[in-house]
Amino acid sequence: MSKEIYLDNAATTKVAPEVFEAMKEYFSIEYGNPSSAYKFAGNIAKKVSEARKAIADFIGAKENEIYFTGGGSESDNWAIKGVADALREKGNHIITTKIEHHAVLHTCEFLEKHGFEVTYLDVDEYGRVNPEDVEKAIRPETILITVMFANNEIGTIEPIGKIGEIAKSHGIYFHTDAVQAFGHLPINVDELNIDMLSTSAHKINGPKGIGFLYIRSGVKLSNLIHGGAQERGRRAGTTNAAGIIGFAKATELAAAGLQDTIAYESRLRDRLIKRVLEEIPYARVNGDLDNRLSNNANFCFRFIEGESLLIMLDQKGICASSGSACTSGSLDPSHVLLAIGLPHEIAHGSVRFTLSKETTEEDIDYTVESLKTIVERLRSMSPLYEDFAKRNVG
Amino acid sequence: MSQVTEYSEKVMDHFTNPRNVGEIENPSGVGTVGNAKCGDIMRMYLDIDENQIVREAKFKTFGCGAAVATSSMATELVKGKTVREALEVTNKAVMEALDGLPPVKIHCSLLAEEAIHAALWDYAQKNNISIEGLKPPVNDIDETEEFYKMQGE
Repeated sequence: MSKEIYLDNAATTKVAPEVFEAMKEYFSIEYGNPSSAYKFAGNIAKKVSEARKAIADFIGAKENEIYFTGGGSESDNWAIKGVADALREKGNHIITTKIEHHAVLHTCEFLEKHGFEVTYLDVDEYGRVNPEDVEKAIRPETILITVMFANNEIGTIEPIGKIGEIAKSHGIYFHTDAVQAFGHLPINVDELNIDMLSTSAHKINGPKGIGFLYIRSGVKLSNLIHGGAQERGRRAGTTNAAGIIGFAKATELAAAGLQDTIAYESRLRDRLIKRVLEEIPYARVNGDLDNRLSNNANFCFRFIEGESLLIMLDQKGICASSGSACTSGSLDPSHVLLAIGLPHEIAHGSVRFTLSKETTEEDIDYTVESLKTIVERLRSMSPLYEDFAKRNVG
Repeated sequence: MSQVTEYSEKVMDHFTNPRNVGEIENPSGVGTVGNAKCGDIMRMYLDIDENQIVREAKFKTFGCGAAVATSSMATELVKGKTVREALEVTNKAVMEALDGLPPVKIHCSLLAEEAIHAALWDYAQKNNISIEGLKPPVNDIDETEEFYKMQGE
């Protein structure tokens, strides 16, 4: 089978040809180190500076508030550990949520071992954080609120503006992991009162290994990567010029077609959700149907297990992902699905499809037809379905 | 980690074309092991004749690719064997017959062994016989109660 339908764009995306083209010469022609004194590297420094400006403009930030990093995880680590260290004297309490990416959760758990206290807020059945809960969790010693912009598994968009307002009114730093949102949604850091924002290029058709942390001017934050004076002395490491230039190109492409992409993806996403719910029994959609990333559809199919479903989808040429335990190497299914109140048994049968602007209606219909066959086949093998059917008859 | 590339060809074959899927009506023995909470449930049905030979074995499994493949292989391995021989089909034997399993999936082969034992135990109970070396199964399937209470969507 040569068919390949890539519906795992929240995992990573294809580098756009324009991005690859823009990066090429910075590997073997203009390969100089932009920190160098000679002319040869001067053009690269200029290009990096232009790239920084383009990216800053897109989120309403200033050029000197963008700090390039190795990606989303580093940005999250830096924001949280950096604030924890810089404000250690002021307090030891951090507020976050139960549905964050592991880059945030595991960083918070690390800090707990070093004397910090972390409040992990619950979310509602749609995965939304209640801003009132954020406000109630604030203590005199709270130094940071970190809430993701949009969830990577179920696509729920959080009330970032309201949380930003609360953080600002209490004088507490607000960080958001926007890895899934940047380039997929319009974001203005001033309007939303965001102090720090993490991103990653490879989620928006840029290269892997490059991201940035937006740090509002005046925010106190210790360094994470120590060494040379790159990134105005705040993040050491030889400037990844090709990566930065590629990231800027990807941002430019995303910005130019943003509304069209959102409209296009939403239409296909809604078609996928509608058809699955109408045509496959005992299926549910996870997440918030109103506040949702345009490219995310996440389902649970009762009586079956996610990994089996993924392998069978793969055999039909469809790439997707699952929150089942078997795909994570642990015994527990996705923490996000558990946080929205799903029992383990149901959470094991989850599958996530994340679309792109290259996804076609034909791809969606083929996926639905494949799902129908696969779900039916796996249910015919499932002792849970057998019991369920017998109970319903009896 | 890609599941598909970590599985042996035999595992993929038994997952894609599982042998002996289904139920046996009025089985000589049936056993269900695992729990839905952890994501694996295996049910094994055995048809055993008066000479204590396993004539037929069927299974149903809720679980990952390895869980399906180990169930399928376990049914193949016990078919035609005497009850005593079937008891000796260990998780190691199931794994070897499948050309190995990724380390995180070894528990699936243990579950397959437990499923055989649970079905044999049921057979022994029904026929009021004792099979040397066979222990009662640990059955925590009741944890799935919550599962049935969920409203169908």
